[in-house]
Amino acid sequence: MDVVLLSRIQFAVAAGFHFIFPPLTLGITLVILVIETLFLKSGEEIYKTISAFLIKILGLIFALGVATGIVLEFSFGTNWAQYSRLVGDIFGAPLAAEGILAFFLESVFLGVLLFGRNRVSRRMYWVSAFLVFLGSHLSGFWIIIANSWMQTPAGFAIEGGRAVLTDFNAAVFNPSTVIRFLHTMLAGWITGTLFLAGIAAWYLLNKRHEAMPKIIMKISLIIFIFSALAQFASGHSSSVQVAKTQPEKMAAFEALWKTTEGAPLSLFGIPVESERKTYLEVSIPKLLSLLVHFDPNAKIMGLDEFGPDERPPVLLPFMSYHVMIALGSLFALLAVLSAFMLIRQTAYASKWFLVSMIAAISLPHLANEFGWISAEVGRQPWAVYRVLKTADAVSVVVPAWQVLFSLIMFSMIYLLLFTVFVAILLKIVKKGPGAKAGGY
Amino acid sequence: METLTFLQTSWFALIGALLAGYALLDGFDLGAGSLLPFLAADDEEKLVVFNSIWPFWDGNEVWLVTGGAALFAAFPHAYATVFSGFYLAFMLVLFALIFRAVSMEFWYYDEKRRGLWSAAFVAGSLLPSLLYGVALGNVMVGIPLAESMEFTGNFFTLLRPYPLAIGLLGLFAILLQGVTYIAMKTDGAVQNRARSIFGRVWGLFIAAMALSFAATIVYMPESLSNPLVWISAAVSIAAWLLCRLFASGGKTGLSFAMSSLALLGLWGIVGATQFPNLVRATGNASLNITLYNASSSEKTLWVMLYIALIGMPIVIFYTFYVYRIFRGKVMITK
Repeated sequence: MDVVLLSRIQFAVAAGFHFIFPPLTLGITLVILVIETLFLKSGEEIYKTISAFLIKILGLIFALGVATGIVLEFSFGTNWAQYSRLVGDIFGAPLAAEGILAFFLESVFLGVLLFGRNRVSRRMYWVSAFLVFLGSHLSGFWIIIANSWMQTPAGFAIEGGRAVLTDFNAAVFNPSTVIRFLHTMLAGWITGTLFLAGIAAWYLLNKRHEAMPKIIMKISLIIFIFSALAQFASGHSSSVQVAKTQPEKMAAFEALWKTTEGAPLSLFGIPVESERKTYLEVSIPKLLSLLVHFDPNAKIMGLDEFGPDERPPVLLPFMSYHVMIALGSLFALLAVLSAFMLIRQTAYASKWFLVSMIAAISLPHLANEFGWISAEVGRQPWAVYRVLKTADAVSVVVPAWQVLFSLIMFSMIYLLLFTVFVAILLKIVKKGPGAKAGGY
Repeated sequence: METLTFLQTSWFALIGALLAGYALLDGFDLGAGSLLPFLAADDEEKLVVFNSIWPFWDGNEVWLVTGGAALFAAFPHAYATVFSGFYLAFMLVLFALIFRAVSMEFWYYDEKRRGLWSAAFVAGSLLPSLLYGVALGNVMVGIPLAESMEFTGNFFTLLRPYPLAIGLLGLFAILLQGVTYIAMKTDGAVQNRARSIFGRVWGLFIAAMALSFAATIVYMPESLSNPLVWISAAVSIAAWLLCRLFASGGKTGLSFAMSSLALLGLWGIVGATQFPNLVRATGNASLNITLYNASSSEKTLWVMLYIALIGMPIVIFYTFYVYRIFRGKVMITK
């Protein structure tokens, strides 16, 4: 088998599995911070009990995030050694900065959150919750910088075939960093809050811990409502940015085969690359031009502008982009519904609402994974957009059979980890808030 | 000194410091994990050992993450050569670290399969403790390299006598960290066990050091002409002696400190032997990967140096602070 393809599959497996956990961390640390703030202000025991419960879940999620994150960091050296040589001058820096400025912070203070409740003052415990929240978001910031630089590289020059840093600020705040950071953080908040709201809904349905799930539900839903609505705006600006900075990626997202003035927004279809045709297409005329350029007749570049070795595949980015948007729209509807239920005070009792909240737990994960697939596959054939091709980024000394072996091992280990993770999570949830944990 | 040379030298020292920090800190939890079967007889005692490392291991492992990323950022060619060249060995380390990271949590909650998860924890701690030294021994004694800086050997190239000797030395240094740490952080039955196996671990450390010395005479005698190597070795051996002295006097904190110093002495030997090389090439010194031919640009090294000089003192400050929060013996609250 082809070593490039195997390495890509392995990276996709490793990153796709890792990406289950950090978004949960983002949302859950935010909810913990809110609850700790309420505890600091009111001193009411119930907040402490809830927070202890959430921190227990966070501890499990964080362990899996660390275990799977280390793999990714070293993947650039093991599987993408040419990538490391050719763009390491720029790409390594945000990873190192992530360690120094963010990952240390969240990991060290997570120890305080998990085991230090009786060893530090209330105020210091709150500070620890804040620092874990801050650290996990800063961590996301540096990782998004690294990935955004692959999408819209800036602040560099090519010297002797290598990308060399010329302007650190321009590399960090490249055209897509800020937009993609907001987009990903909101996605994390949606993921974490729907996860917790789903757990709370399960307690409410089973009439357990009456007061506590209501608090978890309320805080989670308020953050969710804000995030899901803001994500609509953030998703829009992200798409506009893609259309302007990576036109072939947008053309693939929309299966726009030819450059068009007044391009339609595609809602559904089955693009067939060999025929350059989209079957069963449903689209709204001129809407894509309007959304991107604020002008219904503006010209949007199609795939025909790009040579066969410079355009991305169409089917996978098209499908995943559309599923992501469908899910995002569903979240916006769910947000409006949740707001309505909260105001009417039926959110804690309505059976069908609680059942749908439980059903919604896995949906943000799907949206995250599909969003990530569309961003990464849509950038192909490039590893770094118009700088380095994926095929030229792979390690030259690692034979295919070794990658196949490690791919099989990772797949099996991750399957095992996921199974045990879900089983333990269910166990923690069944035991519920108030169950004692061992520790200091 | 030229600016670029100054920066390259600084980064050589900084990465050395990050990896030394990793060896000291994650060393004690890897060591404790590797020795778990000897330290704990039942679940309650295992929980004591786990509790002694639980608040810290996450933060400790970040030293590796940051050290690795700093190597990537500052010397991308060294990072690329070593990690792709030692592919299968590093995959084993990664599989082990994955299990190490999750198996304490899994052990705690998955009561039906505690035997499995504590075995995973032991293997996940033991394997990296051995393989780090093997990898280090390889880049010290030299690996076959092409002009393109690519590794030209295979998996078995890595298992030569010199790297294996360094692997054993690294393993026993880590075990010494683990056993002195557990003696310091626990009391009762677990502490007694740590004390009873201390002597053997302590003895194995010096045996591995003698073995490495012999291997050095045979395979890289030129490094013995460097006085810094001898000074570092003397520090390491003196600390090793004091480690025993303090341990038998019941001064467990100082004994742990001396184990750490012994490990730092070993790092001193590595640093003195390597400078200015990062990865030696077998048979042809002109193919060595050095801090001059493997480094990033001056600009990148500057930016990174600013980040490190501002960031690391803060990291060290709050790491100290959090260790102080959890000072004293482990207590179990049930």
